[in-house]
Amino acid sequence: MSQTDAAAMEMHSATGLPNRKILMWAFIGSECMLFGSLIIVYMVYRGKSLVGPYPADLLNIPFITVTTFVLLMSSLMMVLALSAVQRGDMKWGKIWLFMTALLGMVFLGGQVYEFSHFVHEGLTLKTNLFGGSFFLLTGTHGAHVAVGVIWLMSLVFMAQRGRLTQANAETVEIAGLYWHFVDVVWIVLFTLIYLLV
Amino acid sequence: MAVRSESPAASASHAHEGTYAGGLLSWITTVDHKRIGVMYGVSAFFFFLVGGLEALLIRLQLGSAENTLIDPDLYNQLFTMHGTTMVFLAIMPLSAAFFNFIVPLQIGARDVAFPRLNAFSFWVFFLGALFMNASFLFGGAPDAGWFGYANLTSTQYSPGMRVDFWVIGLLVLGVSSIAAALNFIVTIINLRCEGMTLMRMPLFTWMTLITSFLLVMAFPAITVGLVLLMFDRMFGTLFFNPMAGGDVLLWQHLFWIFGHPEVYILLLPGLGIVSEVIPVFSRKPLFGYAFVVYSGILIAFLGFGVWAHHMFAVGLGPVANTVFSATTMLIAIPTGVKIFNWIATLWGGSLRLRTPLYFALGFIAMFIIGGLSGVMHASAPTDLQQTDTYFIVAHIHYVLFGGVMFALFAGMYYWFPKITGRMMSERLGKAHFWMMIISFNLTFFPQHFLGLHGMPRRTFTYESGLGFEAMNLMSTVGAMLLGASMLIFIWNVLGTLRKGAPAGDNPWEGSTLEWSIASPPPHYNFRVLPVVGGRDPLWAEDLTKAVPGDDPSTPEPHMPGPSYFPFATAVGIVVMAGGGLTLTLPVVLVGVALVLFGIYGWAFQPLEH
Repeated sequence: MSQTDAAAMEMHSATGLPNRKILMWAFIGSECMLFGSLIIVYMVYRGKSLVGPYPADLLNIPFITVTTFVLLMSSLMMVLALSAVQRGDMKWGKIWLFMTALLGMVFLGGQVYEFSHFVHEGLTLKTNLFGGSFFLLTGTHGAHVAVGVIWLMSLVFMAQRGRLTQANAETVEIAGLYWHFVDVVWIVLFTLIYLLV
Repeated sequence: MAVRSESPAASASHAHEGTYAGGLLSWITTVDHKRIGVMYGVSAFFFFLVGGLEALLIRLQLGSAENTLIDPDLYNQLFTMHGTTMVFLAIMPLSAAFFNFIVPLQIGARDVAFPRLNAFSFWVFFLGALFMNASFLFGGAPDAGWFGYANLTSTQYSPGMRVDFWVIGLLVLGVSSIAAALNFIVTIINLRCEGMTLMRMPLFTWMTLITSFLLVMAFPAITVGLVLLMFDRMFGTLFFNPMAGGDVLLWQHLFWIFGHPEVYILLLPGLGIVSEVIPVFSRKPLFGYAFVVYSGILIAFLGFGVWAHHMFAVGLGPVANTVFSATTMLIAIPTGVKIFNWIATLWGGSLRLRTPLYFALGFIAMFIIGGLSGVMHASAPTDLQQTDTYFIVAHIHYVLFGGVMFALFAGMYYWFPKITGRMMSERLGKAHFWMMIISFNLTFFPQHFLGLHGMPRRTFTYESGLGFEAMNLMSTVGAMLLGASMLIFIWNVLGTLRKGAPAGDNPWEGSTLEWSIASPPPHYNFRVLPVVGGRDPLWAEDLTKAVPGDDPSTPEPHMPGPSYFPFATAVGIVVMAGGGLTLTLPVVLVGVALVLFGIYGWAFQPLEH
């Protein structure tokens, strides 16, 4: 959405909140139902696979703990990025935005490694119910992280071209809402898939 | 003071036919909520006629025993597409037409919160609808029923692309619905004019808000179900394969967790329209406004807790069946509250028996019949006798046609003067009403008895001598007359567009803000944003003073300029769908490229240019 929406339309706000922020919160509500449904599918099929490999054979908890830590740190970077942009410190704003995206990419790299390792060990979408529900659930989350990375890199690019300034802090804040939400979802997935294996 | 205009002088001239002027390109790039509303309305009515023709073919086949007019294969396609078309391509977008045209006017706004997202929603709906119907040209339409039960939809039992068209088509339509619903949530929460508190909003706006929340909360469940099915069909996953431990009931749960809220997504806008029409034509404010609002909210909440009443026959066990019977019966309470409120509004009112009120009254009567049969099969033991029979077919048509379509027609007759600036013929309108309500009952009332006598739904014929012939013939004759009644409506619309009497700003002396401006409204709606001090702003004082100001001395507000990026993004999504359907990666990539081009162009295009 263009950042000029509100200004160009001379729109007032009945609640005092920006339109785009309400949009993002409502969207996050919808996303909760999406991930909720996917999580239900995973939980319903837990222990229902008729053939291996089973979760306990494959899941590498120490490795995923590290990538989980990386993703959580990216949320910290996001907070620092917003704070810098709100202060008008675009130099650090850019750096923190880039760091957020970079840590997101590290997380995605870990997921690519994990997926290819699983495929190598004989778990594909078609192997059993664990394969299908695991790849679909974590893959959907990974796709959300990837969209977030593209979004953040677009913001870095805009900042580089001088099109993202202190006046657009709201744009960063909304990207941040999305990014934090995706992180929170991962905490739930990490708990349900890995810790409760 | 209920409505005060910041500049009291109202202009006398109210000709704004220019709202709809311009060539095809201007319609493709428009972001004006009124033009988008008109496009939703026209295309949804077209698909309503398509779905209706499918129904007429079904009725022709069932008109006599052991008929061979339509073979079983085509019959399966017809009932599947009839259901899918009426739910997703006719009733939902007809409601969306009213959301688009009416809601911004009712809350005193110049447009929706995200005008280009709004255009995007429409184009995704329209292209997605064409995509779904293109299946008729490529090996046949979807044929597994509108709720596509697993594992009839597996590649083993449904080879070919038919079910793929259905799966991918519904995923595309889901994008449109969620985007539109998010837009209306923000619009209604944030763009209300000064003084328009939540409890002063018109009922139609309230029901739009509730419906939008239902959409964003319910659609993800079917999205996940459809993705599981798509993965099963395209990538060989085992979600609905019982041989590998898959659970076919999981599909039913996911579908109906969406599907029952969907019933209220279809119904609530109709309840909103009726709650607008009845007070205006009774010359009384709505009786028990707060009760009607809270009943709507309660219906929406309870709607998420009743889905398994569609599954009484699958053997969930006595505890589940009892709980879902009880929650289902609970919904009768807020629904009954609304009906009593409408009747209490009519009671003692000075009724003006015009066409919109006819349809609203028809709605109440038909919806009560549908509601009563609904309460019958809320009881699990009763439902076991009725499941998969014509009793259910009769019920769904009493609530969706007798209910929702009558309400939507009430809305069409009520707001047509505002949308076009011309009055429809009362004589033709009433002829339409009487023909429609008589033929509707002739079509569907006998189906209750057919169902109780054991005639199964979704079966292409029946043997002679079972006692089904006479009532099926009645039903078929009724359906033909019902189809013919639509011709009266179309004739009325075309005649009105050509030489209807000018409507003026407020032909029905309505109470809400859309009646305070010209018909059709200027592209900016309100030159000066209105300020309201009550629920029925135009009734609170002298109508002539209530016009919030099309004061020519005030400069015209700047409105967002046209954009082709929403259209381009929508095309990209449907190209992706086509690539997914045929599993051709290059086509998918072209679609992705178009979507990215559209989104980036959209994000960096200034709103005004």
